[in-house]
Amino acid sequence: MPAVTGVATEADARYLDRGPSHRPRRAREAARKSLRSLRLCGFNCRTAICTDWRLGMCHRPSLTGGAALAITGAGGSGAVTAGLILLAAVGRAGHYALMGRSAGPQIRGGESVAMLRFAPRPVECMGDRLDLLVGLDWENVGRFSDELPLDETSLILTDDQAVPVPEILARSGARVRSLPLKVLAEAQPDGRVNMIAIGAVGALLGLPLAALESGARVILADKDDRIIETSVACIRVGHASIGGSQAPPVGMPTPPARWNISGNEAAGLGALRGGVRFVAAYPITPASEMLEWLAPRLERLGGSLLQAEDELASINMLIGSSFGGVPALTATSGPGLSLMVEGIGLAVASETPVVVVDVQRGGPSTGIPTKSEQSDLNLAVYGLHGDAPHLVLAPTGIADCAFTVQWAVGLAEQLQTAAIVLSDQALGQSRAILDPPADPAVVRSDRQPPTRMIADSPGPDYQRYRPSDSGLSSMTLPGVPGGMYTADGLEHGANGVPSSRAVDHAEQLDKRLRKLTAFDYGGEWAEIRGKGDCLLLTWGSSAGPVFEAAERLSASGRPTRAIALRLIAPLQRQALLTELGSVGPILVVEQNQGAQLFCYLHAQRVLPPHARSYARPGPLLLRPAEILRALEEEA
Amino acid sequence: MDAASVIPTLRAKDYKSDVVPVWCPGCGHFGVLSAVTKALAYLKLPKERVALISGIGCSARLPAYVGAYGFHGVHGRALPLAAGLKAARPDLTVLVAGGDGDGFSIGGNHFLHACRRNMDMAYIVMDNEVYGMTKGQASPTTRPDWAKSKLTPHGTGIRPFQPAAIALAAGASFIARGYSGDPGGLTRLISEAIEHPGFGFLHVLSPCRTFRPEQSDWKHQVHRSDKGPTDDPAEAAHSIQADDGMTLGLLYARRLPVWQPDNRATATTADLEGAFVV
Ligand SMILES: Cc1ncc(C[n+]2csc(CCOP(=O)(O)OP(=O)(O)O)c2C)c(N)n1
Ligand code: SF4
Repeated sequence: MPAVTGVATEADARYLDRGPSHRPRRAREAARKSLRSLRLCGFNCRTAICTDWRLGMCHRPSLTGGAALAITGAGGSGAVTAGLILLAAVGRAGHYALMGRSAGPQIRGGESVAMLRFAPRPVECMGDRLDLLVGLDWENVGRFSDELPLDETSLILTDDQAVPVPEILARSGARVRSLPLKVLAEAQPDGRVNMIAIGAVGALLGLPLAALESGARVILADKDDRIIETSVACIRVGHASIGGSQAPPVGMPTPPARWNISGNEAAGLGALRGGVRFVAAYPITPASEMLEWLAPRLERLGGSLLQAEDELASINMLIGSSFGGVPALTATSGPGLSLMVEGIGLAVASETPVVVVDVQRGGPSTGIPTKSEQSDLNLAVYGLHGDAPHLVLAPTGIADCAFTVQWAVGLAEQLQTAAIVLSDQALGQSRAILDPPADPAVVRSDRQPPTRMIADSPGPDYQRYRPSDSGLSSMTLPGVPGGMYTADGLEHGANGVPSSRAVDHAEQLDKRLRKLTAFDYGGEWAEIRGKGDCLLLTWGSSAGPVFEAAERLSASGRPTRAIALRLIAPLQRQALLTELGSVGPILVVEQNQGAQLFCYLHAQRVLPPHARSYARPGPLLLRPAEILRALEEEA
Repeated sequence: MDAASVIPTLRAKDYKSDVVPVWCPGCGHFGVLSAVTKALAYLKLPKERVALISGIGCSARLPAYVGAYGFHGVHGRALPLAAGLKAARPDLTVLVAGGDGDGFSIGGNHFLHACRRNMDMAYIVMDNEVYGMTKGQASPTTRPDWAKSKLTPHGTGIRPFQPAAIALAAGASFIARGYSGDPGGLTRLISEAIEHPGFGFLHVLSPCRTFRPEQSDWKHQVHRSDKGPTDDPAEAAHSIQADDGMTLGLLYARRLPVWQPDNRATATTADLEGAFVV
């Protein structure tokens, strides 16, 4: 039983007062003292407070209510590895978590920061502030300083031999404490500062040593044994250095089977679950990890990934595969989506299902490749020339990347059209500990299977593009006798033969529009949380901070609803209007300069005149507090 | 070809669709269409197992005139579309058809990579040294002093693109040249390009009657190769460079690794999901 020195909640206090007799008296005293200081504490969760008697810190987070921390270091310092190990460890300890990362402009080996927030309930955004910042060193940390929201209740941990904490961080008023990280690391053969820090941080947070060790073994699994053992030894030393666990260990005895998954991996999984067996793509940050995850797995599933010469090629490769009957998908980012636009139009006109996942980054042009923004909505919705109805979807969180991509694949297949899924860097490159995303194909077995309408034995009057009430027409696949046709991006008649006649154009335009508008998309068009007449409307990665803001508002006595649109086009206008009803304040929240969703919703005539926009560009993450402030300003 | 036993032998005209070509009377592309159907008949390929892929141009209209499966895509992107199809459906015979603008200008990058990727398909480029469809502009293969286009009233002043030499440099495994006015020779070359295991590049001189009427003289300029094909790239480089560009026949063929993914499954998605468990 680790020494318990902190008090977080009143329940904890009662526990302490009853506490086991072997608990040091000093700890009990410290605990009482900290209870007295409870009201003075600025931690938002109000449960993550305690007094640390060994380090002389007056406040520090405990695992009870979760915490937000960041680890920063120069290239090669292993800050991100430390974050990954801590993420795995909090997962092992039975917590939910979210980990994001940010890197400097260097291609490889530059300074980086890992940001980790964990809690006993699902974590969907980074929160407003950091409880703890660990500096493995302070090289170039200025590049991230605006991504590290510190305040006077935060704690900065630094190495006792390091340069002073840079002014840009120190001016937050955060308390600074030093630990002999480097000295301890040097005392170990091949010891590493980041591993010492993991042990120390883990102890501060009350993470069981076993969880830290197994986290390290998982994350370092592809390293050789010696490195793994050295790392584990360092973690133990770091953990012991501050006297073992310093917070009540509140991890579950047998943690439920949660997943540790990134948005890019979840999107890849959604693709595979949806039946995608061909991917063609050209590498681009921040979409590449999705492709790297998919390549070997597609191979195992009997599919393939083709690294194309460019995005003009990849989108057309998808069309070829799909024409052959194999569901196809690509992942890219803004510059790649721009190049693909003509091909997406071909998929629409020829009614060939394809899915494009755009992991958005800062734009325009090459923009900010490594950081997030939601500024491709206009391109995705309006980018195609001609009247080209297609699907635009956006996942509402990391787990939802799996659902939304799978749904997009199913919809594209069913509706024989192109789907663009707008993920972004903040979703794609973040990892989370979460409940396994359910496979909707399994959950909703009552539904029509999301597969395309195929004609296996077409009759003599078969016509590929025959108009119908649903707008859908069956497709024959190469190899099927009697079903031969030429798919075409030229306007065509029902039989596929090019035609520039007004009647054919009207009929086919109508068919392609009708199949999208007449379709029943079910209740998945949005994720709706909470009740109340104050409304936050959003999409994509902004959903996380919006959900948290809405929840805080509701908890503070102002019932607030949050709607995150999952299906952006075709907009489920009637359903949205019904949701809007006669609401009070409406704030449309998104991470771009041009208020792209807000303008789109206005163009679709769904927003009442009093609806307001809170839109600001990336790359800084949206935080719940700024959304609340924006709403205040409205009021 | 197993399916050949299933269907009665088809004649060339059975491979034609009933769509009437939009081509100008006398267009060289008619000869290519006819040779394509003859080659398919010669190889006894079942119509439904053949897919013809094209981009945009007069030449790219060809798939609709063949009664097989076809895809008339966007300008310059036929090769990647065909690559996706072949990767997904190795069982199909894939033919790609297009013009010199489609293949060497807007689609030039795909041409290079299709040569080196060496997927099993045939690529027929109908070269008329002009953009026919857009009414007579210079193409990459147009001579620098051809001044009949309003867009380049003094000629392009740029040396023409050398399809065969570039294909060789890009790693192509089969390079041949045909002429649309030589139906027998062209049929044979198309058949060989289809049968070649890998990327069969067939450069076809196919006159544009409307914008390059002087190309009717090509019938006097083309000549057969006096040597057989080589499989030595150095030798091929020399003879292709030394050539006047009017030599017909198989210029180079070499067995090179063919890119084709293995489509056998060894796992299910559920098997992959275990790796995410904390
Ligand atoms: C993206 C795009 N740019 C331009 C065009 C216009 N265009 C259509 S066909 C063509 C050139 C066709 O020339 P070529 O490939 O040599 O074929 P030909 O018509 O001579 O057979 C052009 C420029 C287009 N369809 N798409
Ligand atoms: S313009 Fe030239 S290439 Fe086009 S159809 Fe007429 S003759 Fe043939």
